[in-house]
Amino acid sequence: MALGEASISPRLHLAEQTRWRTPEILFWLATLTPYFLFPNYLSLASQIAIAALFALSLDLILGYAGIVSLGHAAFFGIGAYTAGLLSKYGWGEPLSGLVVAAFAAGVVGYATSFVICRFRHLALIMLTLGFGLLLAELANTLGWITGGMDGLQGIHTWKLLGTFPFDLYGRAAYAYALVVLFILFLFARRLIHSPFGLSLRGIRENFVRMPAIGAPSRGHIRTIYTIAACIAGVAGALLAQTTETVSLDSLGFERSAEIVVMLVLGGAGRLYGGIVGATIYVVARDQFSGVVPQYWYFWIGILLVAVVVFLPNGIVGGLTQLAARWGRK
Amino acid sequence: MTAPALATRGLAKAFGSLVVANDIEIELPKGVRYALIGPNGAGKTTLINLITGMLQPGAGRIFLDDTDITALPPEQRVRRGLVRTYQINSLFPHLTALESVTLAVCERTRAARIWWRQLNAYPHEIEEAHDILVALKLGAVCHRLTRELAYGQQRLLEIALALATRPKVLLLDEPAAGVPREESQELFAVIAGLSSDITVLFIEHDMELVFRFASRIIVMVGGRVLMQGPPHEIANDPQVRSVYLGKAPLVPHGPRHG
Repeated sequence: MALGEASISPRLHLAEQTRWRTPEILFWLATLTPYFLFPNYLSLASQIAIAALFALSLDLILGYAGIVSLGHAAFFGIGAYTAGLLSKYGWGEPLSGLVVAAFAAGVVGYATSFVICRFRHLALIMLTLGFGLLLAELANTLGWITGGMDGLQGIHTWKLLGTFPFDLYGRAAYAYALVVLFILFLFARRLIHSPFGLSLRGIRENFVRMPAIGAPSRGHIRTIYTIAACIAGVAGALLAQTTETVSLDSLGFERSAEIVVMLVLGGAGRLYGGIVGATIYVVARDQFSGVVPQYWYFWIGILLVAVVVFLPNGIVGGLTQLAARWGRK
Repeated sequence: MTAPALATRGLAKAFGSLVVANDIEIELPKGVRYALIGPNGAGKTTLINLITGMLQPGAGRIFLDDTDITALPPEQRVRRGLVRTYQINSLFPHLTALESVTLAVCERTRAARIWWRQLNAYPHEIEEAHDILVALKLGAVCHRLTRELAYGQQRLLEIALALATRPKVLLLDEPAAGVPREESQELFAVIAGLSSDITVLFIEHDMELVFRFASRIIVMVGGRVLMQGPPHEIANDPQVRSVYLGKAPLVPHGPRHG
């Protein structure tokens, strides 16, 4: 075995990790099935795609760089309000709305990253939580812009590419959210397989050692924090554009917390974890809260405890391990 | 005379009333192999922490190639060629050996800033990392996760990470700590085989290894430099014998300890 390992060129061995595998291709094909199997649930499917994109952005900082954030909804909310306000005041073109929203969230992400990069662990969690609460309160206070408790009304999203209207059934909305998710997933996949992505894993694995090999960890953290903020902003903008409303809870603490839960359920640090976690979470919420709303947290609580105790790498981590065991047989 | 590779002037550090470094003046000429010895608690690791910037000195200055680096953060000292290893392994458990060293190489070449191109696009970095691992006899296990490597291999990986930064001055904090006797001989053979452009300072408790591999020795006691000089002078100095060598036989036997 040692001989076999050594005989492969080291570059090819690393290249092998970036190869597309069958389960991945099947996974993305499966994202198309709602059109055939659940045509009445396309709005739910686009909610899932948006949550998945949001979870993916959190995975880049939490799963890959080890930055635990309890205020990530701040960037989601900034993106949502930016796209919403843009549309309300006359520019409802969706794609350019995404770009502006990403930029707005990115600017705030970049500015806060200078503080974020200096802290770790509990201090970092409290910092992100604090930033999130600050922004939520700010949005509440600036009711004349944000609509306050009533939410932002009067958003009208133009036709997608000037051709496809956002209908009541969510056909265009799901296609739109899914394509944006897929493109940004490709982007994230490339990023984590880049030299920069390797450095992020280094930061997660051993933050203290990084300066001793000459790594500017703080600079790396600033970069990834800004990128993650941009992607979260896009997710928020997608929600604003497809639902044509933005409410204060889009940047609230609860949204920050639930996105961490989704990521942990699915498995942090493995790209697909956020997507799988978001699917389970959003579907479960839809099914359970329809019956008895207060029981919903009971079930998600049980699921969260079970996953953390029995599947420390999340559901995707557990499945990967299972697949590896099968492969060895 | 050329400038020393590394020099300290009046370096001092105290934690409250506990003085851990007191007026330390050392000069390492280019290319020498220095040993830093002294009883436990003498301040050897503290000195490495001060020189590499992991600790801020209370007073004094540090010069690398005659440039004052006292105010530089640790990673910038590394970029200028001042690199250390750790007495207790400080590695990346879930990266493979090759990924770990490639990471260090990419940080040096600044490829690590690139997030829009895949790692495969950097064959030179990967090849260089692989070459370093092969030179340290880790070629066959380069695709294993760090945490799955044998302890001795992890000690070598510590050195490999440091070499990937292309050091001018290499500070090795007990490179053979916890390694069985026979293996530590091999480990020191690797260190002795390093390019003569690299100035090496190593902390080591095994006097046999010290006298075999060091061309000069610095003795520290209680946060001070007691004496420095070539091995035979150190070995015959009555003061050194009384404070340090007297407590342990010149060539110790029995189990090693960190």
